[in-house]
Amino acid sequence: MFAYIVRRLIGAVLMLLLVSLVTFGIFFWLPKLAGQTTDQIAAGYVGKAPTKEAIQDTKERLGLDEPVVVQYGEYLKALVVGKDYKAGPVTDHCPAPCMGFSFRSSQPVLETLLDRAPATASLALGAAVVWLAGGISVGVISALKRGTLWDRAAMIIALSGVSLPIYFTGLVSLALFSYSIKIFPGGGSYLPLTTDPVTWFQSLVLPWVTLAFLYAAMYARLTRAGMLETMNEDYIRTARAKGLPEKTVVTKHALRATLTPIMTVFGLDLGLLLGGAVLTESTFGIPGLGRLAIDSINTGDLPMVLGVTLITASSIVVINLIVDLLYAVVDPRVRLG
Amino acid sequence: MNKMRPIAVVAAGVVAAAGLAACGGGDSGSSGSGPGYNAGVNAVVNKSDKKGGTLKFGSSDDFDSPDPGNTYYAFSQNIARIYGRGLTTFNPSAGEESLKVVPDLASDLGQSSDGGKTWTYKLRTGVKYDDGSTVTSKDVKYAVERSNYSDELQLGPKYFKQYLVDNKPAYKGPYKDKSDEGLKSIETPDDQTIIFHLNTAFQEFDYLVAMSQTMPVPKAKDTGLKYESAIVSSGPYKVDNYTRGKSMSLSRNPNWNPSTDPIRKALPDKVEIQLKQNADDIDQRLIAGSLDMDIAGVGVQSGTQPKVLAADQKPYVDNPVQGFLRFMSLNQNVKPLNNIHCRIAVQYATDKVAAQTAYGGPLAGGDTATTVLPPSVAGYTKFDLYPQKQAEGGGLDQATLGKAKQELQQCGQPNGFSTKISARSDRPKEVAMAQAIQQSLAKVNIKTEIVQFPAGDYFNKYVGVPKYVHDHGIGMMIMAWAADWPTGYGFLAQIVHGSAIKPSGGNNLAELNDPKVNKGLDDAIANPDEAARLKAYGEVDKLVMGTAMEVPLVYAKALMYRPKRVTNAGITYSYGGMYDYLNMGVE
Amino acid sequence: MAGTAPVADTAGAGEASGAFLDVRDLKIHFPTDDGLVKSVDGLTFQLERGRTLGIVGESGSGKSVTSLGILGLHNKRNSDVSGEIWLDGKELVGASQNEVRRLRGRDMAMIFQDPLSSMHPFYTVGNQIIEAYRVHNDVSKQVARKHAIDMLGRVGIPKPDKRVDDYPHQFSGGMRQRAMIAMALSCDPELLIADEPTTALDVTVQAQILDLIRDLQQEFNSAVIMITHDLGVVAELSDDILVMYAGRCVEYASVDDAFHRPQHPYTWGLLGSMPRLDRERSERLMPIQGSPPSLINVPSGCAFHPRCPYAELNDGKSETERPELVEVEPGHKAACHLPLEKRREIWADEIKPKL
Repeated sequence: MFAYIVRRLIGAVLMLLLVSLVTFGIFFWLPKLAGQTTDQIAAGYVGKAPTKEAIQDTKERLGLDEPVVVQYGEYLKALVVGKDYKAGPVTDHCPAPCMGFSFRSSQPVLETLLDRAPATASLALGAAVVWLAGGISVGVISALKRGTLWDRAAMIIALSGVSLPIYFTGLVSLALFSYSIKIFPGGGSYLPLTTDPVTWFQSLVLPWVTLAFLYAAMYARLTRAGMLETMNEDYIRTARAKGLPEKTVVTKHALRATLTPIMTVFGLDLGLLLGGAVLTESTFGIPGLGRLAIDSINTGDLPMVLGVTLITASSIVVINLIVDLLYAVVDPRVRLG
Repeated sequence: MNKMRPIAVVAAGVVAAAGLAACGGGDSGSSGSGPGYNAGVNAVVNKSDKKGGTLKFGSSDDFDSPDPGNTYYAFSQNIARIYGRGLTTFNPSAGEESLKVVPDLASDLGQSSDGGKTWTYKLRTGVKYDDGSTVTSKDVKYAVERSNYSDELQLGPKYFKQYLVDNKPAYKGPYKDKSDEGLKSIETPDDQTIIFHLNTAFQEFDYLVAMSQTMPVPKAKDTGLKYESAIVSSGPYKVDNYTRGKSMSLSRNPNWNPSTDPIRKALPDKVEIQLKQNADDIDQRLIAGSLDMDIAGVGVQSGTQPKVLAADQKPYVDNPVQGFLRFMSLNQNVKPLNNIHCRIAVQYATDKVAAQTAYGGPLAGGDTATTVLPPSVAGYTKFDLYPQKQAEGGGLDQATLGKAKQELQQCGQPNGFSTKISARSDRPKEVAMAQAIQQSLAKVNIKTEIVQFPAGDYFNKYVGVPKYVHDHGIGMMIMAWAADWPTGYGFLAQIVHGSAIKPSGGNNLAELNDPKVNKGLDDAIANPDEAARLKAYGEVDKLVMGTAMEVPLVYAKALMYRPKRVTNAGITYSYGGMYDYLNMGVE
Repeated sequence: MAGTAPVADTAGAGEASGAFLDVRDLKIHFPTDDGLVKSVDGLTFQLERGRTLGIVGESGSGKSVTSLGILGLHNKRNSDVSGEIWLDGKELVGASQNEVRRLRGRDMAMIFQDPLSSMHPFYTVGNQIIEAYRVHNDVSKQVARKHAIDMLGRVGIPKPDKRVDDYPHQFSGGMRQRAMIAMALSCDPELLIADEPTTALDVTVQAQILDLIRDLQQEFNSAVIMITHDLGVVAELSDDILVMYAGRCVEYASVDDAFHRPQHPYTWGLLGSMPRLDRERSERLMPIQGSPPSLINVPSGCAFHPRCPYAELNDGKSETERPELVEVEPGHKAACHLPLEKRREIWADEIKPKL
């Protein structure tokens, strides 16, 4: 098990290197391939009416004239040994692991990422709880009451959940629950858990539900299908033959087996959640990583884009590792060697 | 700042259509009870001296930078006045009155000598920073130096660098040049006095020093690019926190002394600015009363427009001109537009009402334009050299089209001609406008092909590069322009003066280089008599229109929403037709 | 072989008889879109403690549904059950689901065909036995665990105190079936139903498991129903044989009678299909022609008639009239239109010599 984890971690590091290389290539190298000069790239970081001098200064300050390979090397070097940053009259040092400084705010990238991550984590984990609880219970009940009105209604709602876009459900839920009947605070009311737990919770209820709706729908369908399959297994018959109450049969025997494959899907979804988080965070004005990603791409803040990409990739790698380890714990047939 | 969010707009539209629109009003619902439609355009609405409360701003975007020395955005300059005091500022009021420059950190407007080449300001005494230290003229000098001469702060305009006498060798800015003397053309003989030496007579220098770049920065506290997150306040509010992409929060500056500040009321206890919020949600929150102001000041989203124009909301709406002119430049080096008659034909045959409709109609698009100067700029004179009439069923009437055909005859192109119209591909309304113009020109056989370029490269790579324009035969180019300071010179110099023709990145797209126009502007800016100056701008405008090289399309307008509880809400023309934030408060 | 072979019903409907297990006119029908599936259609038999009944028949003859029906494990939502099942004086068909559940595992237990798929892959063997024990016995986990180890030891699993923590996939096929048996017997049931308990196992292991079941039966004095299509297994283990065809009993006899004096052409067919190692290989097997009938459209008359080589000897009765199960000799019942003498003659002249 230990060797396995070490092997996975080494793989993860290589993977992150590859991700950083590809991202670096996309944002630093492709524009050059497409015929953009470094002057044009630099012009994006100067004000409304850039002068030649201003562009030259900016180019030098951001090191854009260096070959891409050198820039990438600098990036990796900063990760290992840290980096100094000249902000004018003061020089800022960012210790290793330094992911560089924002082209826009001049703040260390890692600092910004760490500042934004809790909001996204709150959103994602809360939504995950809502969608797992909602999706799985609806799925189980649907499976047990297969073919009934409840089952059909639940599956139709699930279908609509999969097809309705977040910005639509988000804005409608805000209009309904924040501005018409004022149950929940409106957009932009998010506060960190550590600052104000009550507001944190209240402001996240709608985003959680909005984001979870999409996934809950998917999980309800997954759970239902899995449950129907599991309930036909021989070991369920055995469990009943032992005289176990039906509740125990469903929860202890059937659900456990159904949830194991769902856990794998969940790990992937949690990692890919950033896509949904972008829309949810934009709709509800939550200052998280998703919004940071979009803003950084829109403003060409390359180090920040790289940072978000890497932190997302890292979390996907870590979550997948955890899921794989958990899988081995849950399903004894899976042996890791 | 003009990003389109088509999907969100559709979503908002659906929300409105779902019948939720009517419930959005909350307790302000009783119809027709507000101060009135357009009440805030020419007068300050809901005047109040009541202190306290939190003023809540929101924006779908962010500052370029809240550092007063590193910003170009109009709203940023507007709001910077609550945490910084420049030598002068614009009069906190509404309409015409808002165009006036008034002393702020300086006790009076500038004293000019040397025919307008030397400007002297005296600072008020007793002005303090939020850390308790005293503001001196050296801090103002330092602020100008860092904002105009450093390599790092590149986001703001560089007018001081353009107009101030440079050192020999060229001054490198305070981060590189550590000498005590700094820029020699700014003298600070004592802590209260600052003297600027210009390289040319410039009679609107009071407007230049109204920019946030003269807000004092103590050298010891300057952190360059990082100053935006550690701003030292000289105004009534100090910046407690600014996090890019998230928020800015301000509270009272305990060291601000109202006796040194005759123009500020400093009403709210706190000011909060939420950044990067959902644009449609901002509108919902404004109407629901949970947000006080959209700080960007460019009006409500198109999905919200029908909602705010409903009877119960209309009294809280203003529809001011925004200081923007949307126009089409006719390049005088692209045949056959080198012939004035062909240009005049285009002036007549361009259906401005169609263009206005394409841009969103009279409320959200703007008024049809006949002059280069918009009505919100000091020096605007109303005239119309190429009057148009609409036919009853829409479109230009036969008489107007007849005039266009006549001009085509004189141009030697009786059967019309062909050329290209450019527009920015990521601005759908601009493209729609080009299509409307294309259709109306086709009625006099002027055939046009629409070419689209991304906004980011529009001036740097395409239409701002004369060679590109000539090589590709782009005769007509649609663009928009607003002044950096609200006078005829501030508006016109960058788009019609011959010196604004640049190998790339220029804004004089017509390549207009008329000696009379150039001289008119040069003479005006050197003229100390304000009335004569303003009159001269109108004359220059007429000269420009006489060349028929610019086709004014619309004076941009926006639907602005001022929530009920906001006090002292008035539209200021000095910051492009948004509300003046200086004395804004909450009930 | 003497003793408690079933005789004519002594008790009327709705009353308990003296028999330990008394199944009376059991019908289990499944309505489907295609028609009514009559999986079990009027089955009657009795069984005493300490005795073993072998139920044989081809796939789809209703033998597994019968066993599930007795335990109440058939899908209740889509089936119609009628008749009576008396277990130790308690009627099960009309009893509440909860009552039947309480009996399951404690008074009646079952061993399934495939021990791998029948055990939950995520729980240790020990846990599954402990669970079975604790649901009917209010004891602590430690006590239950001791019991589980004890049971594993009794079914012949070496080092049961270690293997108790293994997962099913860590056991070999035979071991798994032993563990299943340990689980089934953990509450000391009075009725044990074994549904093809050896089909999925190696031949060598089969014999061991059958020995085990026989030994345990003697030890626990349970009644055992052995469901199989393998007459060899029945011969080894059973006291009596019930031959099922199309949901009904066609012959009921002691093992001795069934093998040496079978009275039904279907039983002959089954015997004929049984490979014998003690005969010369030149003689080929005599499989039953045709395939088992659809349980939706059961053939009229004698359900076996389309496959019966002797059906035409009955002057068309085979096609029109269903033969009743009648006692032809004491303790030997058969359902066939052929005259008894004719049957004995065919058996003696045609069938027996070829076996």
